[in-house]
Amino acid sequence: MKPQIVTRRWLAWLVGLAALALVPLGIRYGFASSEKYYLHILIQILLWAFIYTGWSLMGRFGLTSFGHGAFTGIGAYGVVLLWNYAGITPWIGIPVAVVVAVIVGLLVGYPCFRLRIVGHYFALLTLALTEFVRLCIVGLRDYTGGSLGTQPARYGNGISLYAMQFEPDRVLSYYIALALWVVGLYVWWRVDRSMDRYALQAASQDEDAAASVGIDVTREKLKITAISAAMCAVGGAVYAQYQMYIGPETVAGLGVSLNIVFAVIAGGMWVMLGPTVGAVFTQLLSETLRVSIQSSATLTAWLGNGALALDTMIYGLLLILFIIYMPKGILGTLLERRERKVTAAGTSPAPAVSR
Amino acid sequence: MDCQLDIFFLEAVLNGLLLGGLLALLALGLNLIFGVIDVVWICYAELVMVGMYGIYYAEKSGVPFLAAALFGILLIALAGVILHYLVIRPVLDSAPINQLLVTGGVLFVLQAAATMAFGIDFKNIGIRLGSVNVFDMSFSYARIVTFGVAIATMLVLWVFLQRSYIGIAIRAIAQDRAIMPLMGVDQRKVYLVTSGIGGALAGLAACLMVLQFDIYPQIGLQFGPLIFMICVLGGLGNMIGGFIAAFIISEFIAVGGSCFATEWGYAIAFLFFMVVIFIRPQGLLGGKS
Repeated sequence: MKPQIVTRRWLAWLVGLAALALVPLGIRYGFASSEKYYLHILIQILLWAFIYTGWSLMGRFGLTSFGHGAFTGIGAYGVVLLWNYAGITPWIGIPVAVVVAVIVGLLVGYPCFRLRIVGHYFALLTLALTEFVRLCIVGLRDYTGGSLGTQPARYGNGISLYAMQFEPDRVLSYYIALALWVVGLYVWWRVDRSMDRYALQAASQDEDAAASVGIDVTREKLKITAISAAMCAVGGAVYAQYQMYIGPETVAGLGVSLNIVFAVIAGGMWVMLGPTVGAVFTQLLSETLRVSIQSSATLTAWLGNGALALDTMIYGLLLILFIIYMPKGILGTLLERRERKVTAAGTSPAPAVSR
Repeated sequence: MDCQLDIFFLEAVLNGLLLGGLLALLALGLNLIFGVIDVVWICYAELVMVGMYGIYYAEKSGVPFLAAALFGILLIALAGVILHYLVIRPVLDSAPINQLLVTGGVLFVLQAAATMAFGIDFKNIGIRLGSVNVFDMSFSYARIVTFGVAIATMLVLWVFLQRSYIGIAIRAIAQDRAIMPLMGVDQRKVYLVTSGIGGALAGLAACLMVLQFDIYPQIGLQFGPLIFMICVLGGLGNMIGGFIAAFIISEFIAVGGSCFATEWGYAIAFLFFMVVIFIRPQGLLGGKS
C-alpha cells in the first residue's frame, strides 16, 4: 500500500512542477500584453514562499521568531554592499552573507535555547534583533543609503551570470525563483523526514521530557535556527538581486518580520505548502487590492493616499480572524477537513507527514 | 564622536532622565496588563498613536487642551476594554504566542486605519511650552512636565494597587490566576478593569507625547519595540523592574545618541538589552518566569 502512495505522490509532484515550468509559455501566448507583470507577480510569490518556508521551519516547532527580517536584511544588504563596495560577485557574496546570518542566528539562539527563552520572551527578543539590524542599516547610511535604501550597481546590460543580475529577463528570473522555491520545499521535506523533526516536536511540547529521553534540545534548536536563518538570508539576497533595490523597510525591520509571520499563519504553519499558500494569498490580496483601488475612481477619491494602507488593514483583520478561528491556516484547515472525510469514509487514512 | 565629560554630556544625561519618565509610563501600562492578564499587547504603542490623533483632532476642533487630553485618556481606556473584549478574550486559553500574534493583527489594523483616516503626513499640535536654561543646558518644559506627570501617575497607580479593593484584586490575580476566582473575585471583571487602566495609561502617555513629538501613523513602530524591550529587561509584568529599565534604556539612547548618531543610541540600547537578557533571562528584577 505504502509504496503506491509514495509513487502517486511523486507523480503528482512531477506533474505539478512540469506545469509550473510551462507557466511562462502559457503566459506568453495567453497574456502576452502584460507578460512582464504576471511574471513579476509569480516571481514575487515564489521568492517570498521560499523565505516563508524558511521561517516556518522554526515557527512550526513553537519558535515563533519576529527576527527573520534581520536575516533577510543581512542577506540582501550583505550581498549588495559586497558587490557595490568591494566588487565581490554575489556568487561569493551570498555564501558570505549566509554565514554571517547563521552566525548571528546562532549567537542569539544559543543563549536563548540554553536559558530556555521561549514564547513571549523569545518573540520579543528576536524582535529586538530585527530592530537592531534595521537600526544598523540606517546608521551605516554612508554605505547603505540609510532609510532611502540602495541599489546594486548594474553590470553591463543588466543581465549577467557573474553579477547574478537577471532582472530584465523575467522568464529567466522566474525559473531561478522556481528553482529556489523547489530547493526550499526540499529542505522542508528533509527536515520533516529527519529525526530532528521528532526531537524538535517533542521539545516544543515539553522540553524537560524531551531532554530526559536524551534529546539535546539546545543543539536541535540551533540546527533548525541555522537552516532557517540561512534560507532567509539566501531569500533576501536573491530578492535584492531581482528587485534591484533594497531599503531597510522592504527587506529588514519589524514590518517584514510581521509580514512573514502573518503570511505563514494564513497559509498554514504545519504543512509543507502552507507557507507557499500564504505567499500566494498575501501577494494576490495586496496586488488585487492595489489594482482595484487604482482603477476605482471613487475609492481613490474617498481614501486618497491612504488607499495604499487598505491592504495592511485587511491583512490585520484577517490575521486576527485567522488566529481566533483558523489557527491552522488555509491549507492546514483544508487538509485536515479532507483527512477527516477520508477517515470517516473508512478508507486508509493518509500518512500524517509530508504533503 | 565628541564624547567628553562636559556640560553637553550632562545635558544628555539629564535629558535621558526626562525621556526615561515617559518610557517608564509607557512600560507601566504594558506591564500591568501582562502581569494580570498574561498577554502582551504588541499594539500598545499603536493605541498611544490613536490617542495622539484623538487629542490632536479634539484640540483642533476648539476644545481646550486639558479637556482634549481627558478625552484622549477616556478614548484609549475604552479602546483597551474593547480590545480585550473582542480580541483577547477569544484567545485567552490558546497558546501564548497566538495572543501575541492576534494583537499584532490589531497593530496592522490600527496603523492602516490611521493612515487611511489621517494621512501619512506629520502633524504637530503646535503647543509650545518653551524651555528652561540652566547654565548652558536647555530643557524643554514639555519634557519636564512629562517627567513629572509620569512619576505622579506611577505613584497614584501604586497607591491604587495597594489600597483599593479592585487594586488588591488585580494584584492577587497577578499572583495566582487559578485561586482568585475561587475566592469570589470576578476574574473577567478584573481583566476588563485592568485593560481599561492599561488603556488609560496609554492615553495619558499620548497626552504627554503630543506635546513633544510629531504625530504620524508609524510612530508606534518607533516606540513599540522600545517599550517591549524595557518591559522584558525589567522582567515582564514587574512594574518596578520596568521603571528602572526605562531609565537605563533612555540613558543609552540619550547619551549614545549625543555621542554618535540617534540610530546608534537606539542600536546600542538594543544590543545592551540582548546581552543582559542572555545573562539574566528573567529580566533585571524578574522573579517569576
